Amino acid sequence: MDRRTFLKIIGSGVAGAVGGNLLTPGRTLARENPSAKEFYGILVDTTRCIGCRRCELGCSEVNGLPLPNISESTNETVLKTLRKTSDTQYTIINRYETKEGTIYVPRRCMHCNQPGCVAACPVKAMRKREAGHVTWDVNCIGCRLCMISCPFDIPKHEYSKAFPRIQKCNLCYDRFNKGELPGCVEVCPTQALLFGTRKQILEEGKRRIAANPDKYVDHIYGEYEVGGTSHLYLSAVPFEQIGFRKDLGTVPYPEYSTGFLYAVPFIFVLWPIAMLGINRATKKGNGEAKEEHPGEHEDKGKH
Amino acid sequence: MAGEKLETVAVVEEKDKSPKIKSFGDFLDFIKRELKPRGNIATPFNIISLPIMLLGYVFIVLRLTTGLGKPITNLSQEYPWGLWIGFDVVTGVAFAGGAYVLCFIVYILRAEKYHPIIRATVLNGFLAYCFYAGAIVLDIGRWWNIYNPMVGNQFGVNSVMFLVAWHFFLYMLAELVEFSPAIAEWLGGRRIRKILGAMTLGAVIFGITLSTLHQSGLGALMMMAKSKIHPLWFTEFIPILYFVSSIFAGLSMVIFEGSISHKVFAYQIDEHHNKQYEDILVGLARICSVAMFGYFFLKLLLVVHEHALQYVNTTMGFWWLLEVIGFVLVPCFMFLRGAQRKNLALIKFAAIITMVGIILNRLNYTFIAYNWYVPLSEKYWPSPIELIVTASIILTEVWTFRWMVNRMPVLTEPPAWAKAMEEH
Repeated sequence: MDRRTFLKIIGSGVAGAVGGNLLTPGRTLARENPSAKEFYGILVDTTRCIGCRRCELGCSEVNGLPLPNISESTNETVLKTLRKTSDTQYTIINRYETKEGTIYVPRRCMHCNQPGCVAACPVKAMRKREAGHVTWDVNCIGCRLCMISCPFDIPKHEYSKAFPRIQKCNLCYDRFNKGELPGCVEVCPTQALLFGTRKQILEEGKRRIAANPDKYVDHIYGEYEVGGTSHLYLSAVPFEQIGFRKDLGTVPYPEYSTGFLYAVPFIFVLWPIAMLGINRATKKGNGEAKEEHPGEHEDKGKH
Repeated sequence: MAGEKLETVAVVEEKDKSPKIKSFGDFLDFIKRELKPRGNIATPFNIISLPIMLLGYVFIVLRLTTGLGKPITNLSQEYPWGLWIGFDVVTGVAFAGGAYVLCFIVYILRAEKYHPIIRATVLNGFLAYCFYAGAIVLDIGRWWNIYNPMVGNQFGVNSVMFLVAWHFFLYMLAELVEFSPAIAEWLGGRRIRKILGAMTLGAVIFGITLSTLHQSGLGALMMMAKSKIHPLWFTEFIPILYFVSSIFAGLSMVIFEGSISHKVFAYQIDEHHNKQYEDILVGLARICSVAMFGYFFLKLLLVVHEHALQYVNTTMGFWWLLEVIGFVLVPCFMFLRGAQRKNLALIKFAAIITMVGIILNRLNYTFIAYNWYVPLSEKYWPSPIELIVTASIILTEVWTFRWMVNRMPVLTEPPAWAKAMEEH
């Protein structure tokens, strides 16, 4: 390798590490995978969900998680408390009593278009796949910044294990590659879950709202929230009544840290120049350093 | 003039106790000799600290082999970060900020007045990164993968954590270079001392740049926790707040550590240095009070700017006021008063209050004002084991610091041959 190529490689490596690729992950992926056509996702129609918890069972079966008991009597007790997904449950159903009656809400990873967890990951263990799946990989170091950065509190860490993993719904990435439906969608008896491209399910959601304006609130949760998610929700009541946060905004989460990241290359260039400048400027006997040095020390000795 | 020169020569002959290391065998013998403890071993400090350290090591082994779950830590899905990140790493790094601030003052601004404390400060900073930032190994769940951001089977260049990881690593190297002349003097390596000494300015400039970025980067880690941090603390300027506060956090640590070192290692410090030291403390107190006032003003401004003023009259608001007034504004004026009246006790007291305030501030971001809406029963509290391990790490750092100060020219003057080198 000659010096020129060596410098080129070092230069591009440093530039890459310091300044390059500061775009948000969603955009990066779109650029890296021009073949990617559309993110896939699930439309969840909470007016159709009957709270049978079969999706919980189906999910646990295909993902090799401990199987939940979904007999009617267990469901009655389980649904009394509001639950969160956990390191052994990628999907859960919560029950809410509202003016419009009992509403069941299945919750799992929202598969954001531009996920905070992906932008947070220092080793790209968390990735947004080209078809929209947000997946986790074993090169993870377990720093848990993804958990801090997820507005929906989805990634879960296996605290009880000596060799822990981050556990979360991956929209059944492996099954998708085999051409199969996600475990939860496949077993849903009431078609409360609809799998398709984000464009398709968004259109379907809008169609349902337009066809039954009295039945639904005019809002698809996930259409704009945090820059859009691949999981979309329909509801009969305002979303804050069924456990959704309305204060998350529409800014994609990675953009909150880009401001800082954009400043990095500037500081990297400007700071050393400024400091070297000050260092030279404060030198006694400017420009004639060698001549002046002994004198400088004599001066000090006299003090 | 001539008399002075004669004296210098005499000193060279008298004090040059640098080892003569000619071969690797010499080196090993020297290290073996130096590893032996010196003086009385059964001091009260040793008797209290040793059992805590050993207990901590047992828990560290347990944590690495059995995981982070209860009873090792009280971390939960709601609180992924606890004491080990919030205090050991994030607060520890803020306290280590004194090294880059003093390097800026001494090597860039050439304020020679502060030169006598630069080595102790840089050593402290370096050890803080080794031990406190090093504590991240304990905190990350999949610690066997720790080298991944470095060797990069994947580089997460969009991640603030990736930047912080790299900067920690590079900054440790820069600080090692900054301190290395003292190691060379200890080993008696004259030629290497000359080379390392010439690298100082480069390392300093690189180190200050890295510090600016990762001190603020630690704040930027929390940017995507926007929906979880109380609005009085969350602002898009968290990185700047972290950077500014690292200035007076670091200098307060310098004052605190220095006042202890000057008692413990009093026999190493000559009368002349002691007189200078008072002047140094007063200067540091002035810098602290100015930086803290700027920080206080910024805090206030941001709360108004983010329309969070309405939250001040709530429970979290009182907590915020306690932090911002009780632990920023009050010590700010204490520093000022202490500097005006040359009241060293007041300055040292202000430094301790400031440090408590920094701990509160960093812990607010990691778990107190984080998920503030969670009921008190589900809040995170550090487990006894987390506290013992933290104490154990701090004590190990203190032991290492003491070992190095007792052997290397940190507080004492460098050997005459090294001084002569600096002057040419």
